[in-house]
Amino acid sequence: MLRKLLIGTMLGSALTAGYAASTYAAGGSVEVLHWWTSGGEAAALDVLKKKLESQGVTWKDMPVAGGGGEAAMTALRARVTAGDPPTAVQALGFDITDWAKQGVVGDLGEVADKEGWDKVVPAALQNFAKHDGKWIAAPVNVHSTNWVWISKKALDAAGGKAPENWDELIAVLDKMKANGITPLAHGGQAWQDATIFDAVVLSLGTDFYKASMIDNDPAALGGEKMVEAFDRMAKLKGYVDKDFSGRDWNLASAMVIEGKAGMQMMGDWAKGEFLKAGQKPGSDFVCIRFPGTQGAVTFNSDMFMMFKVGDDKKAAQLTMASDIESPEFQSSFNVVKGSVPARTDVPDTAFDDCGKKGIKDLAEANSSGKLFGSMAHGYAVPAAVKNAMYDVITRHFNGELDSKAAAAALAEAVAAAKG
Amino acid sequence: MADTTMTARSAAANPRATLQDLLPKIVLAPSFAVILIFVYGFIAFTAVLSFSGSKLLPDFSTWVGFGNYVRLFNHPNWIVALKNLAIFSILYIVVCSVIGLALAIFLDQKIRGEGVLRPIYLYPMALSFIVTGVAWKWFLDPGIGLEHVMQSIGWESFSFRWIKDGKMAIYTIVIAAVWQSSGFVMAMFLAGLRGVDNEIIKAAQIDGASTLTIYRRIIIPLMRPVFLSAFVVLAHLAIKSYDLVVAMTDGGPGTATWTPALFMQKFTFGRNEMGMGAASAIVMMMMIFTIIVPYLYSELGGKKK
Repeated sequence: MLRKLLIGTMLGSALTAGYAASTYAAGGSVEVLHWWTSGGEAAALDVLKKKLESQGVTWKDMPVAGGGGEAAMTALRARVTAGDPPTAVQALGFDITDWAKQGVVGDLGEVADKEGWDKVVPAALQNFAKHDGKWIAAPVNVHSTNWVWISKKALDAAGGKAPENWDELIAVLDKMKANGITPLAHGGQAWQDATIFDAVVLSLGTDFYKASMIDNDPAALGGEKMVEAFDRMAKLKGYVDKDFSGRDWNLASAMVIEGKAGMQMMGDWAKGEFLKAGQKPGSDFVCIRFPGTQGAVTFNSDMFMMFKVGDDKKAAQLTMASDIESPEFQSSFNVVKGSVPARTDVPDTAFDDCGKKGIKDLAEANSSGKLFGSMAHGYAVPAAVKNAMYDVITRHFNGELDSKAAAAALAEAVAAAKG
Repeated sequence: MADTTMTARSAAANPRATLQDLLPKIVLAPSFAVILIFVYGFIAFTAVLSFSGSKLLPDFSTWVGFGNYVRLFNHPNWIVALKNLAIFSILYIVVCSVIGLALAIFLDQKIRGEGVLRPIYLYPMALSFIVTGVAWKWFLDPGIGLEHVMQSIGWESFSFRWIKDGKMAIYTIVIAAVWQSSGFVMAMFLAGLRGVDNEIIKAAQIDGASTLTIYRRIIIPLMRPVFLSAFVVLAHLAIKSYDLVVAMTDGGPGTATWTPALFMQKFTFGRNEMGMGAASAIVMMMMIFTIIVPYLYSELGGKKK
């Protein structure tokens, strides 16, 4: 079935290619593999598509749906193995590095140097968008993952003050519980457990986050502080409802929107759900950094990784990269998507209050060196290590391990995955 | 004159004979080649991969020997997957066989409406495991399914939340799989029952054997080959179990319902551990071979005699 669809899409795009080549021979075309197929995401991508088409570049769409892009990466394997990679591919973190190591990616140096990307794109993002000093990917946005989305009504009923540290958070959650709602809306999927875990580790100190999640120091991974992190996870588990297991993140957002739950700890893509439901930041919901992490940001950035293409397509590829990094596109795209621009010099006038806060926090974290890749979203460690961590985090969250055993298992699993 | 026609005829007959000899081979050759490459060729390819250090893409420059297999059997998720496979396949095969046999025997009592009942039991087999999985996931979900309905019609204390419980979740997958397959097993047994010679049964009845004894001592032993076929079909379905698990729990809660097939998919494509994924695929293939090879041997070997 899938294969048939794939062949169908390829045939379709081949046909349009034939047609397009005769129409826009001058502008060339780009073939884009991505997994932005849901309403808001597709609308955001359409901004780029329209911009390119106005410059005479044909957009050949190759969407492969499936959250997190796993299906898209599988499709990409097939295309690269067959020696026919797409022009640009939506990709995340270490996937980009992994592909770069295969020697199949292109070089954007020409446009990056001319437009001065080095100066405006945060260094933490450059670690992924550049390989061996060459620009290989164009960052589209920055999602930060250490957000908490709180229902204004539930917060007012629980004292009205947004929590600023761990103890205040627990106090608010307790009050929400006493008020008869589910304090914490959460979906029991490994990546969602890990998203909260990211924030919990970050709340125990930025140095600790860097040592454990990014540098994978065994002493930090299996140490006392990690036991405390797992204890905090176990504490939070006490505030989720009993049907949390397997729930999708947007259904958890819906619980907060409907007032059935007090808050959700999720990246800023959750904001889109609130906005779609007609809620306003500030008056219907409140966005705060995970208590104890204000000033630091764990990020997840969507990038378009550029592959080596023939000279006939090179111009179109560079045009696309240049368009992605243009401040106007960064602004208009990210307003729609809910994320913040991947360059720090884009004016925040078009963004809502949460977006403005996101831009400000990102710039601040970038200049103070507290901008870190999110482990849960593949920006701290390669896929094998990330998933080894997922296993331990989700087993602990589901009560299969106690905190001490979990910290030991985490250190062990990371060592095994690196082996 | 006669002499020349003879030689001409044999000359004409010879190519035809050779052609007749060759034709089956020519006709079979393409499918043979296709199977050779796409089944056995790729099995060999996977076996080679399992000894390589492949991560994202196949990589034939680093070799790790049995390293992938060592890591595989040291990985907690693989151990969970093997345990789940044992629980799942034993329960699935036994329960399916018992229910299938019982249904077949009841249907075999020449009851009215057999024509209606038989397809009802058989139809679940027509669904894909994905559909079965999604339907059962909703049905067993405490928030919207059985528990919710029971509580909303007044049975407040009713509780059935196995699918959310790491220790019990694998059994919910057994329930769904049994629901799907027992009708198919019933059909196999029913065909077997219909194949039993009536003369033998009549003879036993004349000798005064009770219906129970006839089933226990005559009919069921006669159906030994059907049991064997059912076992082989169910066992390989159990080892391959992937879609049902993905649809119902996707391996959760935690890693509680991982199966070897799920492990293979997640490691090869999700975790960029192609070498380890290939090693797990080879282990799964050997499991299937240990079931199928003795079966084929007994079936094919038996016929030659």
